Amino acid sequence: MKPVTRLHSRTAVLADENIDTDRIIPARFLTTTTREGLGRLCFHDWRYQADGSDNPAFPLNRPEARGCAILVAGRNFGCGSSREHAPWALLDYGIRAVLCGEIADIFRGNALKNGLLAIQLEELEHRWLLKHPGIELAIDVRGQFIELPDGGRIGFQLEPFARHCLLNGVDQLGYLLQHEDAVSAYEQRMETAA
Amino acid sequence: MAKTLFEKIWDAHVVAAETVDTPAILYVDLHLVHEVTSPQAFSELRARGLKLRWPDRMLATLDHSTPTLPPNADGSRPYANAEAQAQVAQLESNCREFGVELHGWDSAERGIVHVIGPELGATQPGMTIVCGDSHTSTHGAFGALAFGIGTTEVGHVMATQCLLQRKPKTMAIHVDGQLPAGVGAKDLILHIIGSIGVDGGTGHVLEYRGAAIEALSMDERMTVCNMSIEAGARAGLIAPDETTFAWLKGRPRVPQGAAWEAAVTQWRALKSDDGARYDREVRIDASAVKPTVTYGTHPGMAIAMDAPVPAATNAQERRALDYMQSKAGQPMQGTPVDVVFVGSCTNSRLSDLREAARVLHGRRVAAGVRMLVVPGSEAVRRDAEREGLHRVFLAAGAEWRVPGCSMCIAMNGDLAQPGQLVVSTSNRNFEGRQGKGARTVLASPATAAASAIAGRIADPREYATQEQAA
Repeated sequence: MKPVTRLHSRTAVLADENIDTDRIIPARFLTTTTREGLGRLCFHDWRYQADGSDNPAFPLNRPEARGCAILVAGRNFGCGSSREHAPWALLDYGIRAVLCGEIADIFRGNALKNGLLAIQLEELEHRWLLKHPGIELAIDVRGQFIELPDGGRIGFQLEPFARHCLLNGVDQLGYLLQHEDAVSAYEQRMETAA
Repeated sequence: MAKTLFEKIWDAHVVAAETVDTPAILYVDLHLVHEVTSPQAFSELRARGLKLRWPDRMLATLDHSTPTLPPNADGSRPYANAEAQAQVAQLESNCREFGVELHGWDSAERGIVHVIGPELGATQPGMTIVCGDSHTSTHGAFGALAFGIGTTEVGHVMATQCLLQRKPKTMAIHVDGQLPAGVGAKDLILHIIGSIGVDGGTGHVLEYRGAAIEALSMDERMTVCNMSIEAGARAGLIAPDETTFAWLKGRPRVPQGAAWEAAVTQWRALKSDDGARYDREVRIDASAVKPTVTYGTHPGMAIAMDAPVPAATNAQERRALDYMQSKAGQPMQGTPVDVVFVGSCTNSRLSDLREAARVLHGRRVAAGVRMLVVPGSEAVRRDAEREGLHRVFLAAGAEWRVPGCSMCIAMNGDLAQPGQLVVSTSNRNFEGRQGKGARTVLASPATAAASAIAGRIADPREYATQEQAA
């Protein structure tokens, strides 16, 4: 994973609560055996009309939302299935951060492991961002704050290990493999106890 | 100090304790695998030149992308498309290459991953169990800590048998009293999710307890734990008891003889200690639960079928009611039905099929309604056919299929058309879940069967005759 330290972008807003992973990428596209190229399928059934053209009612299709890398979403984003295809699709679509109230557990873990910033905010600040689409934000992962255009700051907390991995591009599998001795010792203990 | 069931299992699997800076390293006893969420993990291992740490602690099956229609005359399988076929072929070759036991097409034990794990006795109390599938919570019915993981984590478990995890919080759901006659586990779990909300369990492991839970069969407990994730909880647990041990005894993978007795002694000690503390506790009155269905586009939008649909209070609730064509102030009961689906890891076990067959027996699916019955596994299919349940379904005009996830996730070609209303025994009523534009109403197998007969959402208690009750 490449380090993620700072992200600067305008925001796009999907204010709906409980946007589930089936809406992020419908299950019929999960027959893929790779993780690449899923961006064109992201939000597929919301984003396109029946004839394949862009749905003008989908907020991210508006001209001002194009190219935005920060998505502000309603509470409980990413609920539903464990499919990691959801963060893969969002990243390939161009989303690099999701700002939300509560974020569904499995999605949040999957997102952070792929360098997609899944950031939970306090209700008041979350609500304010939902009401101000298109605002320019800078997300500082090291300082754990979001910088507003007027210089104001919104603080946030990332799980410390996830933050460490983002900042340093740490590969979590590599980290686990370094603990091989502890795993073997655990297995030895279990063997003896049985 | 008094410990909860969850804490006992967690503590027994900590390889390295968590610190402020680092999550715990948690050991995984059983890793279940299917074709959809594993290919990228196998590829990652191959790219890094890594092996599986314990191939024999893995169990693979084919369920999501697989057709539920029988093979063609030439023996080929009627896959929905070439990608689905290629995905299945890839799991077959990955399992061969890495030495993983696969319950594939030629296995008499193939089925939905969360149905066959328990059937084989691979699922046991006190274990940690993971799968790249959010309904892994099902296995919590046996007092196992079981939860869904992403594909990156699937790779972690393959290579190290471990996961990096922060310890979740605990939440007790006390279900007091007794479920009324004709009301079942599916009604109960929909009622619970409707009560605590679609994100009511986020960050928590649920423990279902109380008299109404203890009275449930194992199949019913699996239905309850299965839907923990629909309240946002990665895992749901029920303490193992005599019901659990009786169900597991003699299954292929459980200990036998003296080892069985020793295992049961250990399992008995797993239940939460008296005085153990939970981070949150809620109480549910089982006697107040009625036949329950969903009216919106997530499982938290659930009510008794005879209760009025609540008015929308915000834009997304309005969107949900519009999508479902549900009318505020009117009950869901009586809504015209196009498709009925009995199946999925929530409700495809033998007792679910019996429940549907009891209602359908001697009756016909209403004209214009399509009904699909998909057993959860080859074992369930065999048992059902031995009892003649398939004849009840076929005589009623329903389709009797080959095991798989089928119309729950609708990625194998089993799907509903835009606008069609599906009464479904599955677990998710998200927009488009059962086909683009399809409208899903979650319900119990009995409600599904009653609705198939009536052609409208119907109360199964109106279809129970004395003769059938006997």
